Amino acid sequence: MEPEPGFFRRQSGRLVSALTRIFGVRNVALAEDVTQDALCRALSVWQFSGVPDDPAAWLMAVARNRAIDILRRDRNARRFAPDLGFLLDSEWTLAPTVIDLFEPRAVTDGELRMMFSCSAPGLPEEAQVALILHILCGFSNAEVAGALLSSVAATEKRITRAKKTLASSGRLFELHDDAELQKRLPAVQRALYLLFNEGYHGASPEVSVRVSLCREALHLARMLLEHPACAIPSTRALVAVMSLHAARMPARLDSAGDLVPLRQQDRTLWDAALTAEGITFLDASATGATLSEYHIEAAVAAVHANAKTADETPWAEVVGLYDMLMALRPSPVVALSRAIAIGERDGPEAGLLAVRAIEHDGRLARTPFYEAALGDLELRAGRIEAARRHLEAALERARNPMERRFFEGRLRALVPR
Amino acid sequence: MSEFVFLYRGGVMYKTPGEPERSPEEMQAQLGKWRAWMQELGAKGHIKTLGAPLEQASKVVSGPKKAVTDGPFAEKDLVSGFTIVEAKDHAHAVELAMGCPVFAIGGSVEVRPVMKMQM
Repeated sequence: MEPEPGFFRRQSGRLVSALTRIFGVRNVALAEDVTQDALCRALSVWQFSGVPDDPAAWLMAVARNRAIDILRRDRNARRFAPDLGFLLDSEWTLAPTVIDLFEPRAVTDGELRMMFSCSAPGLPEEAQVALILHILCGFSNAEVAGALLSSVAATEKRITRAKKTLASSGRLFELHDDAELQKRLPAVQRALYLLFNEGYHGASPEVSVRVSLCREALHLARMLLEHPACAIPSTRALVAVMSLHAARMPARLDSAGDLVPLRQQDRTLWDAALTAEGITFLDASATGATLSEYHIEAAVAAVHANAKTADETPWAEVVGLYDMLMALRPSPVVALSRAIAIGERDGPEAGLLAVRAIEHDGRLARTPFYEAALGDLELRAGRIEAARRHLEAALERARNPMERRFFEGRLRALVPR
Repeated sequence: MSEFVFLYRGGVMYKTPGEPERSPEEMQAQLGKWRAWMQELGAKGHIKTLGAPLEQASKVVSGPKKAVTDGPFAEKDLVSGFTIVEAKDHAHAVELAMGCPVFAIGGSVEVRPVMKMQM
C-alpha cells in the first residue's frame, strides 16, 4: 500500500500541532524536531516493512512515545505549556495526559488552534500564508519559497520572524473563547483563501506544487467546518469557492500542459463531484444575515458551473455579482474580472472602457492578466495591431514558461503582419 | 545463485547540520522509490532476507579489555540497514544494488558476498 499523495506533509502538520500543544508555542522548534524524527523513523522502517494499515496511527504513536520520553527526562519541558504543567509534573498523570492529546479529536483541535495562531493580527498576510504552509502543510522553507515564488533566504527570514511572533503569543489560540474565535475567524478564512489563490492563479511554474496548494487549502478549509463555532455560512461559502474552482482544474491544462482559458475549456472535464460539493456548500451557506465575499465569489463560480457551454453563460448575472463584490470588497483584480464580464455582456468596446476605468496603483498593470484582457478585447474589436501590442506586453509580464507559451500561442494565432 | 549482503550506509533523512533540510514531501518520494526498488527485487526472486533498518545509536566493544565506546562513525559511515539478496555473481549483485534509491541522498551500498559454508 502506498500512502496517499501529501500524506507525509499533512501528518507533519498534525504532529507539529499536537506536539506544540504539549511543549508550548515557545518550543515549536522542539515540536518540529520530534516530528522530523517520527517521519524519518517511519521512512526507515516502512522502506523495509511496507506501509502499515494505519500509517497515521503509527506516526502518532511514535511521536507520542517520544514526547513522553522527553517530558520524563527533562523537568523543564514539563513547564513549557503553562496550562498543562501540573498534569505533566506527576508520573500518574503525565502519560495519560499526553495520550489524550494524541487522540484524533484532540489532534484536529490542535491543528485548528495552530491555524488560528498562524493567522495572528500581528503577522502580515504573506507571513500568515507562509507560516500555514510551513507548519500545517509541512512545506520546507525552500518549498514555501518555490510555492510563493520568493527567494529561499527571504522566505526563511519571513518564517523565522513569524515563528518568533507565534512564540511570543505565549500559548496556542483558545478555541473555546467564542468572541475571540469569531473575531479571528475572518483572518483564518482570508489566509486559506490566499493560499488557494496562490495555487490557482499563482506564479509557480510547477503545476504539481500549485495543485497541492489548492488541495491543502481545501483540506484546511474543510477542517474548519469540523468545528461547530467555525462552521458558519461564510466558511461554507469559502469551501464552496474552493471546490467549484478546484473542479475546473482538470480542464485548465491541455494534454501538452498548456493553459486553456475558461471560455475554451472542455466543460465535460470539470470534476462533477467537486462541483456538486461546491453547489451543496453554497446552498448551505445561504443562511444568516451576513453576505461575505466568499458567497459572491462562489455564486460567480456556480454560474459558470451551471452553464453547459461558455456561450450559455448569463453574463448579466456575472456582472451583477461582480458589482456586489466591488461594493463589498473592492480590489483591482475584482474590477478587472468585472470589466471582462462587461465585455462579454455588452461587447468589446464597453469592456475596454471598463478596463481602462479601473483605478489601480500600478500593481495590476504589472500582472500579465491586465494586458491580456486588453489584448483579448482589442482582438474582438477587430484591431489586430492593438491586440498584438497588448499580448506582447502580456508576454513580457508572463511569470513562468506555461504563461509564456500561452501568450506566444495567442500571438501566433493573430493574422500575420 | 550466491548470496550477498547489502549494507546500506547513511541515506537516512534525519536533519543534520550542514545538510539541506529534508521535507516531508521528499521523504514520501524517497519511500516510494525505495518500495518500488524492493518490490522489484522481490518480484524477480532476488531477496533472500528482507533485512531491517538499524538504529543510529552505536556501541562498539573492542580490545582485550573490552572497552566500550560510542560508534566512532560519521552518519554517512553508519550502517543504516541490511538486506540479503541472491544473485548470479558479485557483478550481478552490484548491478542490482545500482537501483537502490539511497545514492540520491548521499548514502552508499556495500555489496559483500556471503561465504559459502559448504564446499
